[in-house]
Amino acid sequence: MRYLPKSPAERQEMLAAIGAKSIDELFESIPEKYRLRDALKLPGPFSEAEVIGYFKERANENSLGYTSFLGAGVYQHLRSVITDTILLRGEFLTSYTPYQAEITQGTLQAIFEFQTLMCQLTEQEVANASMYDGATATTEAALMAERLTGRSRVLVARSVHPEYREVLQTYAKNSGLHVEEIGYTKTGAVDVAAIKNALKDDVAAVIVQSPNFFGVLETLPGIADAAHARGALLVVAIAEGVSLGAVKPPAEADIVAMEAQSFGLPPSYGGPFAGVIASREKFVRQMPGRLAGETTDTEGQRGFVLTLATREQHIRREKATSNICTNQALCALAATVHLALLGKEGLREMAEQNLAKAQFALSELERIPGVRRAFDGPFFNEFTLEFPRSMRMISGELLKEKIAGPLALGTAYPELTKHGLVCVTETTPRAEIERFAAALRNILAKPL
Amino acid sequence: MEKMNGKIKKASRHTNQNEGLIFEKSSPGKRAFELPPLDVPKVDAAKSLGPQHRREGVEGFPEVSEIEVIRHFTRLSTWNYAIDLGMYPLGSCTMKYNPRVNEFVARLDGIATEHPYQPQELSQGCLKILHLLEKCLLEITGMDSITLQPAAGAQGELTGLLLIRAYLEKQGNARKKVLIPDSAHGTNPATAVIAGYQVENIKSESHGQIDVDKLRDLVTDDVAALMITNPSTLGIFEERIPEIAEILHARGALLYMDGANMNALTGVTRPGELGVDVMHLNLHKTFSTPHGGGGPGAGPVAMKKILEPFRPVPILVERAGGKLALEQVRPDSIGKVRAFGGNFGVLVRALAYILAYGPGVRQATEDAVLNANYIRKHLEGVFDLPYSLPSMHEVVFSDAIQKRNGVNTMDIAKRLIDYGFHPYTTAFPLIVPGALMIEPTESESKEECDLFIDAMKAIAEEAATAPEIVKRAPHTTRVKRLDEVGAARKPVLRWKSAAKSKAAD
Repeated sequence: MRYLPKSPAERQEMLAAIGAKSIDELFESIPEKYRLRDALKLPGPFSEAEVIGYFKERANENSLGYTSFLGAGVYQHLRSVITDTILLRGEFLTSYTPYQAEITQGTLQAIFEFQTLMCQLTEQEVANASMYDGATATTEAALMAERLTGRSRVLVARSVHPEYREVLQTYAKNSGLHVEEIGYTKTGAVDVAAIKNALKDDVAAVIVQSPNFFGVLETLPGIADAAHARGALLVVAIAEGVSLGAVKPPAEADIVAMEAQSFGLPPSYGGPFAGVIASREKFVRQMPGRLAGETTDTEGQRGFVLTLATREQHIRREKATSNICTNQALCALAATVHLALLGKEGLREMAEQNLAKAQFALSELERIPGVRRAFDGPFFNEFTLEFPRSMRMISGELLKEKIAGPLALGTAYPELTKHGLVCVTETTPRAEIERFAAALRNILAKPL
Repeated sequence: MEKMNGKIKKASRHTNQNEGLIFEKSSPGKRAFELPPLDVPKVDAAKSLGPQHRREGVEGFPEVSEIEVIRHFTRLSTWNYAIDLGMYPLGSCTMKYNPRVNEFVARLDGIATEHPYQPQELSQGCLKILHLLEKCLLEITGMDSITLQPAAGAQGELTGLLLIRAYLEKQGNARKKVLIPDSAHGTNPATAVIAGYQVENIKSESHGQIDVDKLRDLVTDDVAALMITNPSTLGIFEERIPEIAEILHARGALLYMDGANMNALTGVTRPGELGVDVMHLNLHKTFSTPHGGGGPGAGPVAMKKILEPFRPVPILVERAGGKLALEQVRPDSIGKVRAFGGNFGVLVRALAYILAYGPGVRQATEDAVLNANYIRKHLEGVFDLPYSLPSMHEVVFSDAIQKRNGVNTMDIAKRLIDYGFHPYTTAFPLIVPGALMIEPTESESKEECDLFIDAMKAIAEEAATAPEIVKRAPHTTRVKRLDEVGAARKPVLRWKSAAKSKAAD
């Protein structure tokens, strides 16, 4: 087997050195009746070429050749080849969590840079590296707010990603956290009056997302003031990080829960991505996850270490802030490389291109008879349309034109069965937007 | 400078480059990335977003050129140790070779490019990958049903305990306690708390195994489950695990197995046949997906039939005609534990690993156990072996002998760096004071094992004759021992521009 570096003779030599007659002797602590006699029924062994062949066949059974207008928490953005070039360096790829700081300064400094970039993007004071994804980051932010306030109710906007809310429910169920949902208004933004009504002195946090699941920007200062007036924290989830290149950051938030997928990570059928929690410095001791900190060595040189580990499970066990151990470090490195490449101007330009393309797409689509924008709040690169026919019918017809999307909202929002979420990024060519509009026009022009 | 020990065979010193923070290289007007020109009319951002939402750029963001980005991260990379450079004997972490073909296939167009919300008729390739991986992992574990959704081992643990809770609740009583041996990973107790259970720690008996007689007394009607790691964190197989399962089952409790050490069992025995009800696998350990400096991982949870109705959604199902589909609604499901279906890219790599071995995966297990025992044989006596039952894939020594000269496990670990190795796991498991936990994995040749043994022996000799060399190690790294206490006392967790730091003072 090509991955195993021993010859048969070497195996024999090693067994002899141990004083074992056969390899089976080393497994004698497993009661004999539980030892497998037959080989496992697994496909393979495959040569490298066969492994590649198998996955290429699978790739061809997917969506190659289709144009996608899907976003909803997973975005297609430009990625430089440099990001993978760096990720594939074995020194990053095949290194462990940097507990031994002297020989993992590369990873540690990169994490420190990641934390800085996340703070700059969100205008928060500290950021961790990392959580599993935006959904678990949002959930951990709610649990963090519960610890910080000693309160056990959270108000979450229905305009927060449905899957983020589902994960929150799963974790909340047994953590003594009570989750209450707040509706949205005709602008597509969270109903601030309803938040104010629901805010009592037992609320730990108000959780909103911006841009929200419908693509609409939330107006945060008013929500922050309402929450703070009742001693609650404001948690802001961000699913589309690129928006931060053009949209004001959630500086009013006490905790930001972000999905970093948009920063150099491919959609990869839903993962691996990277979640981030950013927050005020005074809350850091209740923050979950890894943190790298700057320090000096015995000779006074700058260096970095994992720090504040007394929050973590390997030290505190059942008293830890979270059970997270393995996180999404390499994805955080991808985001670091990607954002270093983009830089200040690149990110701004990328964000503004998204804005321009989405505005263009909306104007093309809105001109189709019967199609209208469902919510009129300001948006970044996603918007919700209402159609005169069911999404089921429209999606099916668009698929025939090799177009995937918009996302039907009816499953998560039973009141929105004729509504679709359209996402347009800098990667969507104008010609494809026009082809989508033309196809939709034809579909809707057909008699019922 | 410390004189290098003549016995260091694996490593030589060589110059590496200094490098500041990316922010310190920034200068306005430089850039490393250009976008294609915009092919639609430009919009006035302030107008379309509203002036209250408009941001004029991210303050402090780096402005550097492409070559600077390449050099920056390449230089940083050279400051890391990695499996690609040599043996990485971190006990409990299973740092084995990460095949590069796995990286290649995970990045294919049609794999990396797929959106989780695309119609299922456009996702049959992805679903087939998941389906085959499910089948392979069930064959390996001997369990009945599986979920691939958990993002890492700790999330697998949580999923497993939530399955147990849902099952017990359905029977009318979720119960109160989870039993956890004192040798367990820290994630176990942390997870039990999130699942809403009290933790009761159980002490290991004198050989490091679960004390079965004591367990019999501890398993009351309040106990939901026992979380067991098998082989234990001492690298020892829990011989009485079928009996342990019976004790639990007799009182209506379930057996959870932390599968972190599955690299000792794959192809040799199956937890499903040992009485385990539910377990997680760490694909970033046993199934070779890269650790990447701390993730991403994947923590699939395999279970017996009784737990199947409670699996997190979405559920992968095969429809008539062989079409695969994801079902989002199951009345008894514990819900979702993360967004979308799982760390798909990690699952792809794990399947690529399994396909490369096929049934031959047993050879990997055998070689891992062979390496651990070979190292044990050569270091026994040189280092104290507190538990003498047979080792499987890892061996745990203590620093008792070296302690007499004031040298502890951390010192030995740091000195190992000078010899060209990554340290073993220090100070874990907690039941061994001053533990040296060594897991070589199957990826090490006899030559590399011999170099490691020589290094450990040489360090033991230094500890006896020149302990100061060991206590002040490492001597050859870019940075010397770092002030961790200072870092925690006055945390500096982000870079600030000179102007900002000054303003803050």
